[in-house]
Amino acid sequence: MNAVAKERYVKALLYAAAGLSVIILPVIVVWVATMGTGALSWEFLTEAPYRLVQGGIYPQIIGSIYLVGLSTAIGAPLGLASAIYLSEYAPNNAITKTVRFFTETLAGVPSIVIGLFGLQFFVYELHLKTSLLAGALSLSIMMLPWTIHASEEALRVVPKEYREASYALGASKWQTIVRVVVPAALPGIITGIILGMGKAIGETAVVWLTAGSGSEAFVPASLQAPTGSLSMYIYLVATQAKAGISHGYGAALVLISMFLTMSVTALLLRNHFLKKLNGR
Amino acid sequence: MRKSDWVGRVLFVCATFSALVVFLITFYLLREGLGVLNWGFLTGMIWNPEADLYGTLPTLVSTLIVVAGAVVIAVAIGIPCAIFLAEFAPFWLRNIVKSTVEAITGIPSVVIGLFGVMVIVPFIRDNIGGRNGESILAGWIVLALMIIPNIITISEDAIRAVPTAYREASLALGATKWDTIRKAVLPSAISGIMASLVLGVGRAIGETMAVLMVIGNPNIPFVPTSVVDQVRTFTSTIAIEFGYVQWGSTHQQALYAMGVVLFIIVMALNFVATFVIRRRLIHEE
Repeated sequence: MNAVAKERYVKALLYAAAGLSVIILPVIVVWVATMGTGALSWEFLTEAPYRLVQGGIYPQIIGSIYLVGLSTAIGAPLGLASAIYLSEYAPNNAITKTVRFFTETLAGVPSIVIGLFGLQFFVYELHLKTSLLAGALSLSIMMLPWTIHASEEALRVVPKEYREASYALGASKWQTIVRVVVPAALPGIITGIILGMGKAIGETAVVWLTAGSGSEAFVPASLQAPTGSLSMYIYLVATQAKAGISHGYGAALVLISMFLTMSVTALLLRNHFLKKLNGR
Repeated sequence: MRKSDWVGRVLFVCATFSALVVFLITFYLLREGLGVLNWGFLTGMIWNPEADLYGTLPTLVSTLIVVAGAVVIAVAIGIPCAIFLAEFAPFWLRNIVKSTVEAITGIPSVVIGLFGVMVIVPFIRDNIGGRNGESILAGWIVLALMIIPNIITISEDAIRAVPTAYREASLALGATKWDTIRKAVLPSAISGIMASLVLGVGRAIGETMAVLMVIGNPNIPFVPTSVVDQVRTFTSTIAIEFGYVQWGSTHQQALYAMGVVLFIIVMALNFVATFVIRRRLIHEE
């Protein structure tokens, strides 16, 4: 085979590989959408499950929303504060390097291990029981590294001229951070938070061990009550109740839709803040 | 104390939370699991909680087989795709492909598991064999789907990082584009590509839900002999059996011990990827 033919052959293979990689997402999303639309109905979205696959998935939807909401409320400020410290205050010494190292380490911890930790620490040691609170705390651990990483990047990219101008006008360091740097970094920070939320909403292993069995027929009455979630529900239907799998598809469709809505909202928010930054 | 000192300290405390959490995780995992963690745990062939036997070798071997196969598939598809993105794709196409591939990481693992259970498993059962399709092969496919984005993004970065001068020099010497890639670009990018591989392995070992739903989880784990055998992995064992352990029992400790092993393996892999491989890359320059 001469060089030209070989080149074309290789190029075809590379295109094929890229093609294969590209169709993964559409295939799965379209598959979920097609299989799931059949299950969608007003009752499905607003009723509680009865024997897992009858009725609807309302408590699971609310449970997922509560879990993601609460874990973001805990994890996002914490992550942002850490990122601000790392980007604006941290001296370039061994302590900072260690802190960074551990943040990256945390990103690599398998979700089931975080679930085990959440079970042992939040559910048992802190006596929180299998509950919304335990689940949200464990989920916030999962999202922490992503929020920190994205926020720190965003903060770091803010030109130092912004800070210098602010100082020149007499502002203190904290004032500068709050009124100049963070607003300038907001698009990136929001992206980081949404990334974290996306991980949290789809997370099953952690929720399984800390938040509830997934088949709950009721919305959690308090922070200490166990809560269902869409991800657990999908797992249960797929492994134990295949006869009613249409409900599983429906739940998967709702889950993906929620994630898409979050991502789109994030994108819109990002663009809004980007426009504000560039002066309308 | 001025306000800015005070603020700095509060933020420092926040930043140390990650470190604190990692320490806590290590502490609690070890506290619960260390008692059971001994040589017999790692090399024992029989996992039978009712008989108080906790040998994890079959599960360990199965985990390694499932992960290895998935990585092979992901690399076979992912690296060529990365080469395509870095060297051949026009700007607009690169964006589309990259976004689509990166979006895969946004799909919850349960949904991929659902796809595996309802599409891949029946396909294997009807066309290839095995008891009900839940098998190593299904695990391979599902895991490969999940780590392909990791392999592609990091490898593509590594390939793009190779200085244009290398390519130009090679082309100036008369090499074809593919020769250039094969002999000048890829060898330079190899550290980054290896890093992507190691990180992919780490991710695959830690993956729980998608794998758990498609590999079968037989009651008695055994060392597999065929791709359609049902197996267990460390992650799936922990997830499933935690549902029926007695609190405080040796069985529970054994599951924690599995968690410790997982934790250590993944940490070691991340360490290798981040420090050893990337450091070598920097030193080579």
